[in-house]
Amino acid sequence: MQYALLIYYKPGTNEVLGADEAEAVHREYTELKDAPGIIGGAALHPVETATTVRLRGDQLLVTDGPFADTKEIFAGFYLLEADDLDRATEIAARIPAVRLGGSVEIRPVVTDQD
Amino acid sequence: MGREDRSAALIEQVFRDEWGRVLASLIGHFGDWDLAEDAAAEAFAIAAQRWPSDGVPDHPAAWLITTARRRAIDRLRRDRVLAAKLRLIAAAEPPAGEARSENTAEDTVDTSPIPDERLELVFMCCHPALAVEAQVALTLRAVGGLSTEEIARAFLVSPETMKRRLTRAKSKIKVAGIPFGVPSGPQLPERLGAILAVVYLIFNEGYGDPDRPGLAAEAIRLGRVLAGLLPAQPEVLGLLALMLLHDSRRETRFAGNEHGQDLVLLPDQDRSRWDWRQIAEGRALLDRALGQAAHPAGRTGPYVIQAAIASLQAQEQLDWPQISVLYGKLAELTGSPVVRLNRAVAVAEADGPAAALAIVDQLDLPDYQYWHSTRAELLRRLGRRDEARAAFRRALDLARTAPERRFLERRIAES
Repeated sequence: MQYALLIYYKPGTNEVLGADEAEAVHREYTELKDAPGIIGGAALHPVETATTVRLRGDQLLVTDGPFADTKEIFAGFYLLEADDLDRATEIAARIPAVRLGGSVEIRPVVTDQD
Repeated sequence: MGREDRSAALIEQVFRDEWGRVLASLIGHFGDWDLAEDAAAEAFAIAAQRWPSDGVPDHPAAWLITTARRRAIDRLRRDRVLAAKLRLIAAAEPPAGEARSENTAEDTVDTSPIPDERLELVFMCCHPALAVEAQVALTLRAVGGLSTEEIARAFLVSPETMKRRLTRAKSKIKVAGIPFGVPSGPQLPERLGAILAVVYLIFNEGYGDPDRPGLAAEAIRLGRVLAGLLPAQPEVLGLLALMLLHDSRRETRFAGNEHGQDLVLLPDQDRSRWDWRQIAEGRALLDRALGQAAHPAGRTGPYVIQAAIASLQAQEQLDWPQISVLYGKLAELTGSPVVRLNRAVAVAEADGPAAALAIVDQLDLPDYQYWHSTRAELLRRLGRRDEARAAFRRALDLARTAPERRFLERRIAES
């Protein structure tokens, strides 16, 4: 099965971490890319850099900022190949966001077999 | 009972007993819940047709599993053929090793031992990635063999709502890849705890309501299955003991009058109408659980302690000091303020209402009916009547069932 591990951050997490710790966390994310089953993923720049596109009536509306103000910020994702949800949970639990007050949402990916 | 009635009753009994095993075996084999459930239902329908005249086979579970497997394979083959046609793919040779089974094969049954996979099934049904209400419904459907309509009736929702709940849960199992298996090592105690919580929730739904006694019996049946599958887990035995001990008093917990069913408190219950055989069984299980928990690697968990309390409550002379010690242990283990409240009730009997009130006043459970009613009762015994009445009124505001409201109204009138 394929899972997307969607990483959500509590706003301000990076500011709270000292420079050393932030670097250590960054290293952890890089190392996780080599964890068994990880086949892809991406880290996203902060929401301040986001642009949202939507349709208002028949007019295309382009605005600054994220689509919705939420308590947690979507920060990136890993793509994981795993036997089942328990294996996926084991990997998800190792993502630093989990212990830093954020969360990881595990979503099964639609594949050709679906 | 006539011969036919007897065989119908026997068949129904076999169905109830074997459904979980048959379904578990099929899910284990095919890895697909819907396919397994349909095939199992088909096999049971064939059995219902044949067994009354042919007699129940020597190995009913093996017969049902073999029959259902063949039905499932037939269905998979039909689906594959259909898919092939839909895709306009030229008919290929059937894969090697898949000789046509057809329906004649039902008479030759593989009687070699089939592993019991109900435990894998229970862990799947009670996986924490499912909502608790879905866990409850799935467990009753899959392991208990209840129909969707029966579960709906027991939980006071419409059959459509229950059907949707089950469909959504089964779809999540499939799409999210919730595993069919027993978790290993460090995960086991927590996951087992989730299963026991589901069974105890089912029990309490039935135990708290005189109109739904079937759920308590169903929970006990599930508890027996688990105790058979995990005979070395003290908490599993403890839960079964606890349910048996509580349920032994079911005939005396409510008394009918012109208003309906009224709650009868423990000291006022007619002990001669308790089910003493069930109490003996519960106590024997408790002894086994305590023996296992005393093992160096074991520990006494919350269900074992609660069973021990229930066992003490069945004694003629209630040993309140001992009961309050056990509640103290349970409170330490669970950190639950509700357990502390229960401890206070025992302390009131052992050491008097003042000591108990001191414990109750340390708790802060403003939305909990029994916190107010317990406080009220203690205040009443201490002769602080105005405060008692006020507390009974707060409890009355929060009371949900008619028997409880009547009980509290009487107390207010008396104080």
